[in-house]
Amino acid sequence: MIKELTILPGKDKNANRENFDQITIQAGETISIVGPTGSGKTAFITDIELLAQGDTATKRRILINGKIPREEVRYDPAQKPIAMITQNTKCFADLSVEDFLSVHARARKIRSKKIINDTIELANKFTGEKIKPHYKVTVLSGGQTRSLLIADALLIGAAPIILLDEIENAGIFKQEVIEIIQNTSKIIIFVTHDPVIALLTKKRLIMGTGAVKKILCQNESETGAAQNLLELDRKMGVIRENLRAGFEITNELLNVSFA
Amino acid sequence: MKLVIIAGPPSAGKTSLTKQIVKAFHPDLKIAYLKIDVVKAYEDIELQKEFQVLTKKIYSGDLCPDHAEVMVMGEAIQWAENNHADLFIVESAGLCLRCSPYLNQGLGIVVLSSIAGIHAPEKMGAMVALADIAVVTKIDLVSQAEREVLIQKIKDVHPGIILLETNALQGTSLNRLYELIKNSPPIDQKTLMLKGNPPLGTCTICVGKKEIGWKYHFGIVKKLDGLAAEYLYRGE
Ligand SMILES: Nc1ncnc2c1ncn2[C@@H]1O[C@H](COP(=O)(O)OP(=O)(O)OP(=O)(O)O)[C@@H](O)[C@H]1O
Ligand SMILES: Nc1nc2c(ncn2[C@@H]2O[C@H](COP(=O)(O)OP(=O)(O)O)[C@@H](O)[C@H]2O)c(=O)[nH]1
Ligand SMILES: [Mg+2]
Ligand SMILES: [Mg+2]
Ligand SMILES: [Zn+2]
Repeated sequence: MIKELTILPGKDKNANRENFDQITIQAGETISIVGPTGSGKTAFITDIELLAQGDTATKRRILINGKIPREEVRYDPAQKPIAMITQNTKCFADLSVEDFLSVHARARKIRSKKIINDTIELANKFTGEKIKPHYKVTVLSGGQTRSLLIADALLIGAAPIILLDEIENAGIFKQEVIEIIQNTSKIIIFVTHDPVIALLTKKRLIMGTGAVKKILCQNESETGAAQNLLELDRKMGVIRENLRAGFEITNELLNVSFA
Repeated sequence: MKLVIIAGPPSAGKTSLTKQIVKAFHPDLKIAYLKIDVVKAYEDIELQKEFQVLTKKIYSGDLCPDHAEVMVMGEAIQWAENNHADLFIVESAGLCLRCSPYLNQGLGIVVLSSIAGIHAPEKMGAMVALADIAVVTKIDLVSQAEREVLIQKIKDVHPGIILLETNALQGTSLNRLYELIKNSPPIDQKTLMLKGNPPLGTCTICVGKKEIGWKYHFGIVKKLDGLAAEYLYRGE
């Protein structure tokens, strides 16, 4: 059981110690990591994924339930309580989608055969053009690849800690992703440039020069703002989908969307 | 003196990994480094410049680099011992996939890149199957799922192997490797042996006959599409 995740401070890019004692995240909490490009957001969640013990560029250390995780937990995917969706939009494995997923299920010691189809089905909820089981993973588009990897992380990774790196850039349906991961008992950490996602999470870490600069908790007026932005985002989504489908954007559509 | 033999295909990240090991142990341990390659290698010069470690290189030329290694290893170990090295690192050329350069003592490390392709572990034969440790590099370039798929494929080839993943440019999460090196016992020159059986095979092609077609050749030559019984063919 994962009750909490602790991040112990490391050093910024100029080797100055980070200015916090520890960051503790409880099961059920959602966190967003924000900050300019290159500020160390990906490095922060990669530390968590690797269960770093002072042996990464940042020198951070990660504890699970207050303790240093056992070595097997660090090195055996079947025991790793963490699923991460990286910024990668390519797969290099020369495997079909179903073979890729079934080898991954084997790595995570999942026996159910059904999980393969479930994962493809979920991926197809996120993506526009459907992914078929016999497609090679190498020919999937960037958005399809990321949709597949997100579905894979949710169902096959199926971990109590989920790390997501800029899912908004995948061109996938953000609302669907948010729906699935809200009201969760998991720890979910979003690296994001998206104000909606940033405002919807309970806590926000602000990064700069490779270090955590600030930790903010979501306040009430922010939750209100998030709801407004979410509505706006839904409207944007309608227009985006119309554009993608080749329709012309009429005044009528704009009025419906933005009235 | 401890011995670490690093094998793996070209550009897998062997030298990058070597640099991380050197960084971790220099100057607590006196390090000697040998690079074996076929035609050209710059690693020794780089390492010497960056860390002032003792380096040597040999070119195997026409000989299989792993076969060359067997021949020079005795002298190389003597050279490292004479220079009072505490840790001797050998980087193989990693071209011959029938041989494996590991010895019965010290640590044999195979380096595989995350982007080298999913079938690489199966294709690399003894280089993976006889290694003690596999280090998967370039994990910064692929997704977690893909890393785990590759790890599974390596485990399929060698279930008992110790698996590590790293971004070799930054040396991430290599603490366990350093512990393994720290705890590896010193080698005893008198009882050093190759771990695997090197494949034997001499034929007219080996000695440079250029004609095409089996009728020009003798020795141990495989026919294209030969039946299992005809697998090894003695030409006329
Ligand atoms: N504390 C640190 N010490 C040393 N290097 C660091 C540190 N934090 C980050 N880096 C390095 O800085 C570079 C940029 O960091 P990172 O990729 O995490 O940025 P990012 O915030 O995710 O940017 P983007 O928004 O473009 O994805 C990386 O090479 C990373 O390894
Ligand atoms: N992104 C990335 N590049 C790497 C990594 N390891 C090695 N490289 C690069 O891959 C190339 C080959 O590495 P090198 O160590 O020379 O491989 P060798 O031929 O096996 O010795 C070099 O350009 C390295 O900078 C890694 O973990 N991540
Ligand atoms: Mg990033
Ligand atoms: Mg090299
Ligand atoms: Zn050979």
